[in-house]
Amino acid sequence: MSAPTASPTGQGSRRATPAVPAHSGGLGRRISVGLITPGGAVFVLVAVLLVAIMLTNPNFTDPGALIRFVGRTAPIAIAAMGQFYVIVSGEFDLSMAAVIATQVVIAGNVIGLEDSRIVPGLVLMFVVGTVIGLVNGLATTLLRVPSFIVTLGMMLALLGLVRYVTGGAATGNPTENFREIGRGGIEGIPVVDIIPWSVLVLAVVAAASAWLMRRPFGRTLVAAGDNPDALRHAGASLWWVKTRAFILSSLSATVAGILLVGYAGVHPSVGSGYEFAAITAVVLGGVVLGGGRGWVLSAAAGAFALELLFLLLTALGVEATWRDTVQGLIIIAAVALAARTWSGVRRPQATPSGTTPGTTENPTKSTTEGDR
Amino acid sequence: MRSSRITSTTIVYGVLLLVVVAAALITAGQGRNFFSTGNLDNILTATTILGLIAIGQTLVILVGSLDLSVPYVVSLASVVGGGIMAGQAGGIVPALLVTLLLCGVIGAVNGAIVAGLHVHGFIATLGTGLVLSGYLGSTYQGSSGLAAFEFRLLDATRIGPVPLAFLLMLGCAGLAVLVLRRTRLGHHLYAVGGNAEVARMSGLRTAVPVVVAHTTCSVMSGLAGLVLLARLGVGQPTVGSQGGYDLMSIAAVVLGGTLLAGGKGNIAGTLAGVAIFAVLDNAMGVMELNPFLKDVVRGVVIVVAVAVYARRELDRRPARFDRPPAADPGTTKPPGSATPAGTTDKTLEASR
Repeated sequence: MSAPTASPTGQGSRRATPAVPAHSGGLGRRISVGLITPGGAVFVLVAVLLVAIMLTNPNFTDPGALIRFVGRTAPIAIAAMGQFYVIVSGEFDLSMAAVIATQVVIAGNVIGLEDSRIVPGLVLMFVVGTVIGLVNGLATTLLRVPSFIVTLGMMLALLGLVRYVTGGAATGNPTENFREIGRGGIEGIPVVDIIPWSVLVLAVVAAASAWLMRRPFGRTLVAAGDNPDALRHAGASLWWVKTRAFILSSLSATVAGILLVGYAGVHPSVGSGYEFAAITAVVLGGVVLGGGRGWVLSAAAGAFALELLFLLLTALGVEATWRDTVQGLIIIAAVALAARTWSGVRRPQATPSGTTPGTTENPTKSTTEGDR
Repeated sequence: MRSSRITSTTIVYGVLLLVVVAAALITAGQGRNFFSTGNLDNILTATTILGLIAIGQTLVILVGSLDLSVPYVVSLASVVGGGIMAGQAGGIVPALLVTLLLCGVIGAVNGAIVAGLHVHGFIATLGTGLVLSGYLGSTYQGSSGLAAFEFRLLDATRIGPVPLAFLLMLGCAGLAVLVLRRTRLGHHLYAVGGNAEVARMSGLRTAVPVVVAHTTCSVMSGLAGLVLLARLGVGQPTVGSQGGYDLMSIAAVVLGGTLLAGGKGNIAGTLAGVAIFAVLDNAMGVMELNPFLKDVVRGVVIVVAVAVYARRELDRRPARFDRPPAADPGTTKPPGSATPAGTTDKTLEASR
């Protein structure tokens, strides 16, 4: 009796207060509070790992080496930001690696050695990425198949197709000008010597993502992961919000694929393992599986933390085979800590006093106000 | 199934029947008999490994978690079992005990991380899987260990036309069904999977079913690894990851009508899901389809089949919380208001 009445009235109160709790304190305080949330702590982790690597390997203090490292990490960071959209809305995208492989093979075979086909090839890749995301999203939302299964099916289908087309071996080789996107950069920059194109792409994607998450779409997406029922009652179209998240994820995989062609060349196994790597990065960035919590740039920082960790292990002389073990321990520890912190640290309540009676009285007012 | 309502399990078996008929027609079209002893033997053998793992995975998914560490547990069981056995018949019993105990410990750790540290099952088992994968990759290069001849009979023996290992799998399935239906633990498993918070407030120790489910899943994966050891004769550190048993077992469970979110489903459906995969594979083998295209067919079948009953499953569910049954004192009745959208609308209708 009480439970059903509580849920609609609770939404009434939420509508009356601002969508996001007001920040209190100055910039410094906000940053220091933010750093102890899992989404902020990952930046501290990145800084600590960076210092540790610089201490073990002095070569890494060179700005040029740093910027090239950022360039190498760009594809996984971009993939992680794509995965973020899907995870924060409460879903999974396991098809990411398969999308990367598909795009790499398309690049190799459609663009080929002709510069004139670069633009049509890119357009085709983005169209294919959009269609894959659309299919994933529609199957998840309209057919109501769990996204885990949808994207697993998509992964099997795409990988099967890619291997069928290529025969499982490296085929096709895109023109050097296309590979420049992943390989080259603006040369002759004073301090860092070279700014790789991939760093610029990463910066653009990161800025666009941060902007997008502050737009109504971003807010709705987080709400979709936090409480889909409330979102539906609020009148948002859940299916279209989530479908767009899947499209963004596939498009991110497409961009990652374009960059990877430059680094790794054309092979159907390019991108393998990226789905779990991206999910790991997102989770390391403090984003909660199941949705509703997290920041898109933390996901990118999670990717950097992961890559720095590998670099540190190499610098310390740990055998490559033990990497998996360390990675496994780290993600369990990170998520276990995050689970504690998210439940402990909350933003201070915006209402100064009388929270308990307020929540029972305010909704009545707000609903009646809304009716009149 | 006693009632006339169409449950998802009925649909799964309908799909299985459809697949079998299609496979029989295709096989007949190639001039061969689908129901020949040899072919049936192939299918039963193919279901054994995935079946064992999927039974454990069903329990884990029912309780609301996931197990991605399965393939590495399978590999570990195969190399550890083979290592202890070392080709000696006397080593069989210690090998079985140590391997299954080890797997049980791994499962218990999984369960403890999920239930105790509140880490999502996906991440916890991805993590332990990575830990095991690192250990396997660093410790074992290539195949290691040797199965005793007597142990290899586990896979080679046929009782009538039925492989012994398949019967072992059926036995485990029967046991799991009994536990789920008849014991308190089984009911708690459903309760925790359905809604852990409600289960906790009803006075259940929610950690117990989670840990038991994970432990059982790892032990079943260990069994699967031992059957693989019997089949191959040697332990292989990559045998699990090559099979892709993590995702395929989850796919089989969901194909069998179990809700991925937990709390709803059964073992019988899972077995049908595993059988659907095996029959499909068999038919595609008979057609001599390109192995890469097999994956495409599998992927499409998984999504389409789950779509078929995911839809009706959710549609038929009673709307429990949509309409409050009576007028509630919390909402006032505004006289002659225009119709607002959303929940308020429904609340008002109910209150009038």
